[in-house]
Parts: sequence; structure tokens; C-alpha cells
Amino acid sequence: MNMNRRALLGLLAAGGVASVAASGTQAAQTVNTSAKIVILGAGAAGMALANRLNTRLNGADITIIDGRPRHLYQPGFTLIAAGLKPADYSVSSNDTWLPRGVNFINAFASEIDPESKLLRIAGQEDVAYDYLIVAPGLKLDWDKIEGFSLDMVGENGIGAVYAGPEYAAKTWTAMDKFTDEGGVALFTRPATGMKCAGAPLKYTFLTDDYARRKGNRGKVEMTYAAHNNGLFGVPIVNEKVRMLFEDRGVDVHHNHVMKAIDPVKKLATFETPEGDTELPYDFTNVIPPQRAPDVILNSALPWADKWVGQGWVEVDQYTLRHNRYPEIFACGDVAGVPKGKTAASVKWQVPVVEEQLIAQIQGQESDARYNGYTSCPLITKIGRAMLVEFDYNNNLVPSFPGVIAPLEELWISWLMKEVALKATYNAMLRGRA
Amino acid sequence: MKELTLSTLFAVFEEIFGKGLFWAMVAVAALVTVGYIYVLVRDRAVSWKKFLLAQMAMPFGAVGAVVFVQHMTHSSLSDLGGPVDVIVLAMIAIVGAIGAAILVYTVQGLFSRRAV
Ligand SMILES: Cc1cc2nc3c(=O)[nH]c(=O)nc-3n(C[C@H](O)[C@H](O)[C@H](O)COP(=O)(O)OP(=O)(O)OC[C@H]3O[C@@H](n4cnc5c(N)ncnc54)[C@H](O)[C@@H]3O)c2cc1C
Repeated sequence: MNMNRRALLGLLAAGGVASVAASGTQAAQTVNTSAKIVILGAGAAGMALANRLNTRLNGADITIIDGRPRHLYQPGFTLIAAGLKPADYSVSSNDTWLPRGVNFINAFASEIDPESKLLRIAGQEDVAYDYLIVAPGLKLDWDKIEGFSLDMVGENGIGAVYAGPEYAAKTWTAMDKFTDEGGVALFTRPATGMKCAGAPLKYTFLTDDYARRKGNRGKVEMTYAAHNNGLFGVPIVNEKVRMLFEDRGVDVHHNHVMKAIDPVKKLATFETPEGDTELPYDFTNVIPPQRAPDVILNSALPWADKWVGQGWVEVDQYTLRHNRYPEIFACGDVAGVPKGKTAASVKWQVPVVEEQLIAQIQGQESDARYNGYTSCPLITKIGRAMLVEFDYNNNLVPSFPGVIAPLEELWISWLMKEVALKATYNAMLRGRA
Repeated sequence: MKELTLSTLFAVFEEIFGKGLFWAMVAVAALVTVGYIYVLVRDRAVSWKKFLLAQMAMPFGAVGAVVFVQHMTHSSLSDLGGPVDVIVLAMIAIVGAIGAAILVYTVQGLFSRRAV
């Protein structure tokens, strides 16, 4: 028979296994040490560091402390609250990620004494350290919203996406009902530092999208109460969000900080420069002020002159090493740095803390630096997002320059959030990404 | 993403599908590829009849792959927002088409002996 060489070659090439060019995987050297390293918090940052240090250090005595038995993948809360994933999408057990050879203390630490290098745990022996990594995340201060309590979530149009996977699922029940019936949707954000500053915006966009999909956008009024004059801390992103809100018909009230809620009258009270004002709602997503956990706030570790009352740890913003206690590092949400309260930032901070700590153990210096990298797939509707990535200087730092435009609403950015993000997060926990 | 190495990529795929399923899929893809090369080498020619049927499977593979991905990710064609999205869509379709073609060709080759 007549053989078509092209066809044969084509089929052969197609059948070949695609090969991906690996960019120099450097097998980092292991280091011998008998140092006693304590990690406070087994969240995104703590767990990733436990795994990485366990691999890198030979003979080290590594202890990780966390009172929560569950590990929570918090970026998933937004998808749960949008009815796209079940509550257990974000839940796993610490055991899944804990490396063998690392001691796990399943309790909350109550006190840190950096002078005698000790951690106190109620009812247990003190834990001594040579090096301490604080990674206890942050505290959601629900008590600061007068009239609110978590048992209200899911009823009477009250949502709280941040509160946890079960509350995110209840928020979805309330949002689903609201977008069926219509009314006023009220979205807010606190005036403190907060994790994933894009999340309040995402949930606004998602609610708008559901109202449209159900053909009920005409019955819905959308209000966003911003804590200051902007909508997002990075100017170029702020402008884009302003344009999108205009396009979607979201009314913005600036300099409004929620302080109280009346679930019977369905009114929220806001602090503004002109005094307190009230705004009505039929559906709202309560996001409370955020600060460092008590164990940090009440210790000697926070900044004295910055973020007063919020308690973020006083570290060098590039090395994440404590300014006054050089054997202490902070990683994740608790770090007192100008940007970076996202899981994506954690991914960039973890290798820096690892390198800095290991160099210190060896009596050397490391040039590993954290540049403020923060990222947030800013969902603008189901199926589209903007892959916003930036650094300390408010520069955009796209991972895929020229391919994925940061300020475009794209399907590929949505795919990243839906498919790749949790997988990358999990790989990070294992110390593999 | 800080550094995208082959091992990171494998780690991410293992997390997406689960370790077992991911490597099982790699194994199946490798087996089909080996079977395909075996059929090509054995017959020492592309069988036009098989190739035609394989080509006819391509549109189904393309559409199937796109529908599968969109279903899994709660998205639809109206979500395409820029050129890169069209490229991603085309790539998914092409992978589906080629995969279907190779599968159909190989299955015919293995089960209908030398029907040239
Ligand atoms: C709704 C929502 C959406 C988000 N979306 C995104 C997103 O799209 N992209 C993104 O990158 N990030 C997102 N984030 C942010 C991300 O989840 C956090 O930035 C990240 O989890 C921070 O990691 P961490 O290790 O600092 O804190 P966590 O992961 O919160 O872990 C802290 C751990 O410390 C423990 N702990 C606290 N106090 C003590 C104590 N006294 N003793 C012992 N243990 C203690 C806690 O139990 C917890 O397990 C989102 C967050 C939320 C809430």
C-alpha cells in the first residue's frame, strides 16, 4: 500500500510521551545538627516548614505545636461558599501531612518567653527551643462586631465565609436563597491587616454572577463598603476593580468600617469619618477585624510602633528573622510585613525561612530574600478570574508574563484556582513545591 | 509560581488525581503508546483503513475532552476571555483528538490482525 510518510511521522510523534524540560532541580544539601527547633502552628506555613526542615536537617530535634486536629485549606472556603465544592473540600487531617520523625504536640501554646527561650502550654511541660518559627496564622476577632455571633450564620441573610468550611457552606445556603429572592447585598472588609484581601471582592463578584445566572440581577442591589478610599491595596489593581465594579453595577461606600449588626432590623452600623452610619442588607458576608493570636499579641514579639493593637511579629521584611530575637522567625499571616497574608505568599516565604535558618545553624549567611510576593486569583465570575500577583513595591510580578495577563478576566486563571491551586498547596505542605 | 521543575509538576499532578490514579494514568498512556508503536512496527505501514477510522474518532475525542474539562471546572465556552483561553481550549481539544485517534488505531491494530 501507499505509505504516507507524513502521516506515519505525525502519528509517531503524537504517540511519543510528551517530555517536559526540567529546569535544574538542585538537590539541596542536608546539614547535620542537634539543634532544637520548635514550629508554632501547623497551618500552611508551619506544616510546609516542618517537612522541608525535616528533609534538610539531619539529627535536628523538630517539634511542631498545634491545637487544631484538622488542617484547613482556606482558599477553598470561597468555592464552598459559592456552592461549587462541599465543606469537606477544605478539610484534611494533620496526620496526612506530618512528616515522620517530627514531634507533634496537639495543644495550643499559651505563652512565649523569648528571653529564656521557652513556650508554655497549659497543663503540660514547657517546651524549650534553640530556634523558634512562629506560624500561628491570625485571629478572626468576631467579638468586635457587636450583635454578631457565629451561630447566626446561614440564617436571615447572614454569611461568614472566613469562619471555616462549615460556615462557608452555610453562607452558600444564605447566598443561594438571597439570589433567588433579591434585595440588598452588603459586602465589607475590616480596617486591619487581613488574609487574602481579595476574598471580600471575589465573594461580591460571585454573588453578582449568581443573581445574573438566575435572571434576578434586576431584583438585587449590590453594595460594597470599603474601609478606606480604595478597593485594593495595589493601585493598578485597584483601578481595575473600580472599573469592574462599575461594569457590574456595584455601589461603593468608602471609609466605612463595620462595627455592629442588627439581625432583626437587618441593619449594619459603620464607623465613618463623619460618625456612625447604618446601611441596610438582606444578605451580607461578615468579615471581622483580624489580629495576631493571643499567644503572640501578649508576648514580646510584636512591633511596638506599627500595626498597634494588631500584634504582627516584628521581623525583617526580607529575611523574616525577628529584629530583636535573631533565633526567632515568623512565617505566614502572623509576620509583620507590609504584604503577604496569602497562602501563595507562604509558598515564597517558606524557602526563605528555611535557607536563613539553615545558614544560621551553620554559622553562615544566606542571601535568600522574600520580596513581598503575594497573589490572589481574583474571581470575577464563575469561570473567570484575574491572576493578580504583586510584591512589596506594588509592582505586578506575573508568573507567566506575556501568556497570562494579570488584569484580564480569563478562563485559564479560573482553571488555576479550581484545579491547580489546591494541588500546589498540598504539594507545598509536603515540602515539594 | 516560584520554580517550576519536573518534580514540582509531578507533585502537583499527584495531588490533583491522587498518587495511585495519576501513575495509573501515566501507565495506561505509556501502554497505549507502546501498543501503538508495536502495531506500527509490526505492520510496517500505516493502515489506511485503520487510520481513517482513527481520524473519524478525533472530533469525538476533541469535543469529549473539552466537555469533560468544562464539566469538572464549572465553566462554559462563554468564559473564554482572551487569546490564551482559546489556545488552552484548542490544546485540550487537540490532546483529546490525538488521544482518541491513537486509542482507536491501537485497539483496531491489536484486535483485528493485519486487516490492511
Ligand atoms: C476565605 C479565605 C480565602 C482565601 N483565599 C486565598 C487565595 O485565594 N489564595 C491564597 O493564596 N490565600 C488565600 N487565603 C489565605 C490563606 O489561607 C492564608 O494566608 C494561609 O493559610 C496562611 O497560612 P498560615 O500558616 O500563616 O496560617 P494558617 O494556615 O491559618 O495556620 C495557622 C495554624 O496555627 C495554629 N495555631 C494558632 N494559634 C496557635 C497556638 N497558640 N498554639 C498552637 N497552634 C496555634 C492554628 O490552629 C492553625 O492550624 C484565604 C483565606 C481565607 C480565610
